[in-house]
Amino acid sequence: MSAIENVSRRGFLKGLATTGALVLGAYYAPKILRRHESDDVRTDADNATLHPNVFVGVETDGTVWIVANRSEMGTVIRTSLPLVVADELDADWKRVKLDQAIGDPRYGDQNTDGSHSMRSFFDVVRLSGATARLMLIQAAAQRWGVPVSECQTDLHAVVHSSSGRHLGYGELATAASRLPVPKENEVQLKSKSAWRYIGKGMTSYDLTDLVTGKAVYGMDAHLDGMLFASIEHPPVLGGKLKAIDNAEALKVPGVSQTIVIDPFKPPPAFQPLGGVAVLADSTWAAFQGRKKLKLDWDNGPNETYDSDQYKKDLQETARKAAKVIRSQGNVAQAFTSSAHTFESDYYVPLLAHAPMEPLVALAEFKDGKVHAWAPTQNPQAVQAIVSSELEIRKEDVICHVTFLGGGFGRKSKPDYVAEAAVLSRKVGRPVKVVWTREDDIKFDYYNAVAAMYMKAALDSDGRPVAWLQRSVFPPITSIFDVNAVYGDPGHLQQGWTDMPYAIPNLRIENGPAKAHVRIGWLRSVANIYHGFAVQTFTDELAHRAKRDPADYLLDLIGQPRTLNFTGVDYPNYGAAYDAYPWETGRLRRVTEMVVEKSGWGKTQAGQGSRPGDCGPPQLPQLCCDCG
Amino acid sequence: MANAIQFKVNGVARSFDGDPDTPLLWYLRDAMGLTGTKFGCGVGLCGACTVHKNDDAIRACITPMSSLAGADIRTIEDIGANGLHPVQKAWIEFNVPQCGYCQSGQIMQAIALLKSKPKPTDEDIDEGMAANICRCGTYQRIRAAIKAAAKESR
Repeated sequence: MSAIENVSRRGFLKGLATTGALVLGAYYAPKILRRHESDDVRTDADNATLHPNVFVGVETDGTVWIVANRSEMGTVIRTSLPLVVADELDADWKRVKLDQAIGDPRYGDQNTDGSHSMRSFFDVVRLSGATARLMLIQAAAQRWGVPVSECQTDLHAVVHSSSGRHLGYGELATAASRLPVPKENEVQLKSKSAWRYIGKGMTSYDLTDLVTGKAVYGMDAHLDGMLFASIEHPPVLGGKLKAIDNAEALKVPGVSQTIVIDPFKPPPAFQPLGGVAVLADSTWAAFQGRKKLKLDWDNGPNETYDSDQYKKDLQETARKAAKVIRSQGNVAQAFTSSAHTFESDYYVPLLAHAPMEPLVALAEFKDGKVHAWAPTQNPQAVQAIVSSELEIRKEDVICHVTFLGGGFGRKSKPDYVAEAAVLSRKVGRPVKVVWTREDDIKFDYYNAVAAMYMKAALDSDGRPVAWLQRSVFPPITSIFDVNAVYGDPGHLQQGWTDMPYAIPNLRIENGPAKAHVRIGWLRSVANIYHGFAVQTFTDELAHRAKRDPADYLLDLIGQPRTLNFTGVDYPNYGAAYDAYPWETGRLRRVTEMVVEKSGWGKTQAGQGSRPGDCGPPQLPQLCCDCG
Repeated sequence: MANAIQFKVNGVARSFDGDPDTPLLWYLRDAMGLTGTKFGCGVGLCGACTVHKNDDAIRACITPMSSLAGADIRTIEDIGANGLHPVQKAWIEFNVPQCGYCQSGQIMQAIALLKSKPKPTDEDIDEGMAANICRCGTYQRIRAAIKAAAKESR
């Protein structure tokens, strides 16, 4: 599961389609532990004297470079993974400098998405730090002529305690660099009790930069001579430009030209939407020029999309028998024989990601290569789409990852970076594409609109004996396959296939829906609408049964047990089921902890005096956050 | 220039003779390279672009250059240029930022708030900071940091 595969664009997109974009479980651990050949993409870690693997470099002055291979959007992963390296290296954090990785498969999967960076990379980066530490110990032992087993490390130095000798990492870097890189089975990891940083409440490496305005986000990227671009996208997905009058736009001071960007070839995937770009010497001039464009569009087949009608259609579909994705017992029989049934409909609209930093990217096409600076969650996807749009090699797309002003899944879809690259090639200058907030909301890859139909048959205590849940939503896979109308297993599993209640008769269904806008993943993804329906329905049943909703929920979760998904298409977020089984005991404990921490059932002081304090606290929905 | 607008940015005299409708935000970011002030919405709704005009917090994205004659503009780059400001220290102490994109604006707003209300109550803080949005939801820590900074400055 750890091989690095140089997947083609087609393979990449197919991979996304089949796993529902949460590309988990594969391509994590980089095995290519070598310096990069190309000068313009080598990190400081690559250039350091001791460089046993892609994540770490030790200089002769004792500076330790650690590479952050994941994107920083507020989770502090740029700090936390390097801290793990530093811990295993026994390095002094004050002497560590971070290198932000460019997009490159040698770092393993870089799609910072799905809340799994630490889970997926913990073992890899521990090994990377421990390997460097062992080499430094070996170098010291050699110099002192003592067995390796007599040497330890102590904060940036190797010590030989019986003789009191002591050598700093910088002093050992050159000698260590001449040793062969130890094999994985020779490297010993620290015991948990020896950890300096892991779990000790360290804060962000970048904290001072974040409070002084010095942190460079995509919005702040700068190249001399760059032009600023603002793009009028087709107002309807799949629309094409019929006519353009740019005369007034070109009169705006600072505007230099307009460029037509071709519409995407369906399916949209991560291609630019198309439209008309206004290029200028400032962002403001580009915005102003864009307002003066006179454009005529052929809106194409999605022109008649009407969200009110679409909502009705989804709700109607949700009332019809659909594809069964999980079934146990006999729901139909239980509904027929039960004296009490209850049903309800739920609806969740399209949701926009709205990161604080609107989409933005700076790209320079020069000498057949593209350098792009972007707030991206997925620099390798930037390489894939830019290379495909410009028909150049992926290795010739160098994606520099800036800080992200929020991501929430939107910034793993690099259409906006491709726009900058396409424009830069056309004008022969660096181009910075800046989306307005309105663009961000109008042209998102929305979290799907969804309708859910729920029905339960209840016993005399108001407890469900049969449960039907049916959801209908345009699937994320529609951005990769225009014919996709059903949810894929990777998203159906989110709060739906994985229904954990102990109910003898259960049926879970999914109905078809065609997408008319780009659908994408937004943190926690399908859990948003599924969790809303399941938890609200549960609350309604609790209310009818005159039960405390928290008690009722715990009752439905039932006794601690491992859910059995035999015969069910349940991908388990890409993880092996025996490694990460679905334990209802953990769900119980989470629920109990929420009850405890929220002060559920207790009257709050000052009740009703402030909006947030009205009434008893509401039990939050229990969702898995998936970036 | 006869019609140029004269003002100060971070204590240095400046003059502007471009489109007078240009928002201060884009002058600061694109012309001056002061990118600590962020673009979030462009319509004065999110607070990411908050700077000081004569010590008051304003939204740079809806402040036209034409309104700045004689104004003293201060941005995040000048705050703590000679050592961190107590508010910035409190932000670090309480580990406030997550993605950080809104934090320049939050800090500028907080400094202006403490100037007018040196001992803010929770209500003062909620009211004074209400128009500064944080998509990561760092509000609890922002409130704690402002209280700590208020105590520190007393």
